Amino acid sequence: MIALLRKDLLILSRSRLLVVLLVVYPAVIALLIGFAISRSPSRPRVAIVDETLPGETVRVGRERVEVRRYAEQVLSQVQAVSVATRAQAVAKVQSGSVLAAVVIPQGIAARLESDTVRARVEVIYNGNALEQSLVQSTINSDLAQADLRFAEQIEQAAASAIDGLLKGGTLSSLGAPENLIGLREIPATLARIAAAQPRGHTRKELERVKAFAGFAAQNLTLSKQVLATIAQPIGVSSTLLHGRRTPLNRFAVVVAVSVSLMFLAVLLAAGSVALEREEGALARLLRGLVTRAQLLAEKTLLAAGCAFVLALALLAGIGAFVALDWARAGLWVLALAFGALACGALGVAIGVIAREVRAASLLAFLASLPLAFLALVPAGAVSGGFDDAINAVSFVFPFKATLQALDAAVNGASPPMAGSLAHLAVLAFAFALLARVGLTRPE
Amino acid sequence: MSALLRVERLAKNYGGLQALRDVSFELRAGELVAVVGPNGAGKTTLLSIIAGAQPASSGSVSPPEQRIGWAPQQPALYAKLSVEENLRLFARLERIADVQGAVERMLAQAGLQPRAGEPVARLSGGNRQRVNVALGLIADPPVLALDEPSAALDPSQRERLWRFIATLLARGTAVLFSTHNVSEAQRYATRVLVLADGRLLFDGTPAALKGAAREGEGEDEGEGEDLERALVRFLHRHAPETREAGA
Repeated sequence: MIALLRKDLLILSRSRLLVVLLVVYPAVIALLIGFAISRSPSRPRVAIVDETLPGETVRVGRERVEVRRYAEQVLSQVQAVSVATRAQAVAKVQSGSVLAAVVIPQGIAARLESDTVRARVEVIYNGNALEQSLVQSTINSDLAQADLRFAEQIEQAAASAIDGLLKGGTLSSLGAPENLIGLREIPATLARIAAAQPRGHTRKELERVKAFAGFAAQNLTLSKQVLATIAQPIGVSSTLLHGRRTPLNRFAVVVAVSVSLMFLAVLLAAGSVALEREEGALARLLRGLVTRAQLLAEKTLLAAGCAFVLALALLAGIGAFVALDWARAGLWVLALAFGALACGALGVAIGVIAREVRAASLLAFLASLPLAFLALVPAGAVSGGFDDAINAVSFVFPFKATLQALDAAVNGASPPMAGSLAHLAVLAFAFALLARVGLTRPE
Repeated sequence: MSALLRVERLAKNYGGLQALRDVSFELRAGELVAVVGPNGAGKTTLLSIIAGAQPASSGSVSPPEQRIGWAPQQPALYAKLSVEENLRLFARLERIADVQGAVERMLAQAGLQPRAGEPVARLSGGNRQRVNVALGLIADPPVLALDEPSAALDPSQRERLWRFIATLLARGTAVLFSTHNVSEAQRYATRVLVLADGRLLFDGTPAALKGAAREGEGEDEGEGEDLERALVRFLHRHAPETREAGA
């Protein structure tokens, strides 16, 4: 087996173009995927037409907010391009230099302050369905944030007013008289006055007013909580059940390395097995010089070894730019070794089935690419039946298990690494068995 | 003289197709035996079973395949490796004690020393076939099975190959080869095996085959008859179904 391994490495070293392709292609694909995952979405260019008067402000509770400044804050997720008129904005959208335009009409401040008329902004957009979807979701998200901020400000203003009514004092902003009595003080004050009154109609009336004041104070206190709930009906409280929270760029590293590992192991294993048949050497080897199991083990080890070295080098190289926990390096090695073996076994099975180098390489490539993408589809992102199908496919091929093992090794993410390693070991055995059965077919 | 190779009641089935049926013969030291017959007769199947490249459905071959050298019809070589590297690899796989000695011996025997360092991909068809045969001989087997060894060679390359095989015969190696070139069998073989439809129809010298072809027929072309014509006449009589196969 050592002689065969040495022979394959010698052949590989003489196939420089192949080596370059096998190393560079998966690395480039991996880095592209990693880059796409880790980078936040780009901000779409949107033209802003502000038709409000300079310095126009809107009063929200006690505060006055300048409309222009507020619009800039609101549309934070877009790359704003200021234009003077609606016509210019439409022209820019039509020419494609911006994806959309937002028109903030004159008088929006008055509408925002009005209790009866809803304030409106106009959104003009163009482009294909994807661009429309991007612009719509971005602007809707911005406006939802703006609505939320308005609601918070209104809630704060209302809460402050309620506080003033309950506690009393000087409420100049409401135009109230100086040293106004607070609602909470009224029951006690009335109780004192009523006690000084003779029993009779007046005292009874005072006690009724005192009961009303107490009830009103109690309900106004409650209404502050009601206002807070209306402003933000659903709050978010996050709980991570297993493992540690993984930063997106470190997950991207794991994806990039796993993709490289799988591509190299599968392509190399499939190609090297098919090459033995294509060179006509398979029959010569299998006439007692090596057993079928030895031959398959050698090809798996060759592909897994090369993929392991490349993946480890890639991980260490990326580690120079992204903060990785080097204390976990032992676990990286374990995850990469199991992943490489399982992917190598898959490649060997493909090579045995395909028989020709070109067919084997094509099949390996066609299998690897969708496997990588399917494994990256977030759970629940597609409809139930399709999600189940994706999970089933991801389960019977080694990419997702490799990704999970490496994520657990690098980032301490869930599921636990031992489960993924066991999964990979089972898959490696299953694909090796499939290859062994395939190799018994007559030439 | 005892047999170096004994094939007994060999049969091979591919599903419902019987590729070989009860084939038995022996091979002795220094013998050069040609296996001839029409396309699909079972020649390649017979040689590959003898070489251990595929199992028989029934019957036996002795000695075991490790002691039989084999050169398949298509040279089974690694094109990116040099002649010497190919020889060294198979010497190691054959677990030969003196690998370098075996490699040098084969380079000398096959006249490949000047090409030792050249990648197989750059060799001519004739030289590839010589490397192919040399690989079959690297473990110094007593029996060598060659599947259509001269099929892709020009006349001078064929001549060189047969001279090389003659040196093996002189050393006592028994050689079994399949061929479509009946004149080659007539010229070099000491014995001829005629296979048709998986059955061994004849086992004897070329002269005996000519005699068998003439048996029971009035016309007699005598000893001067071409072996190819004799084979066709023989097959028409003993395997009439091969007429359609173009024998």
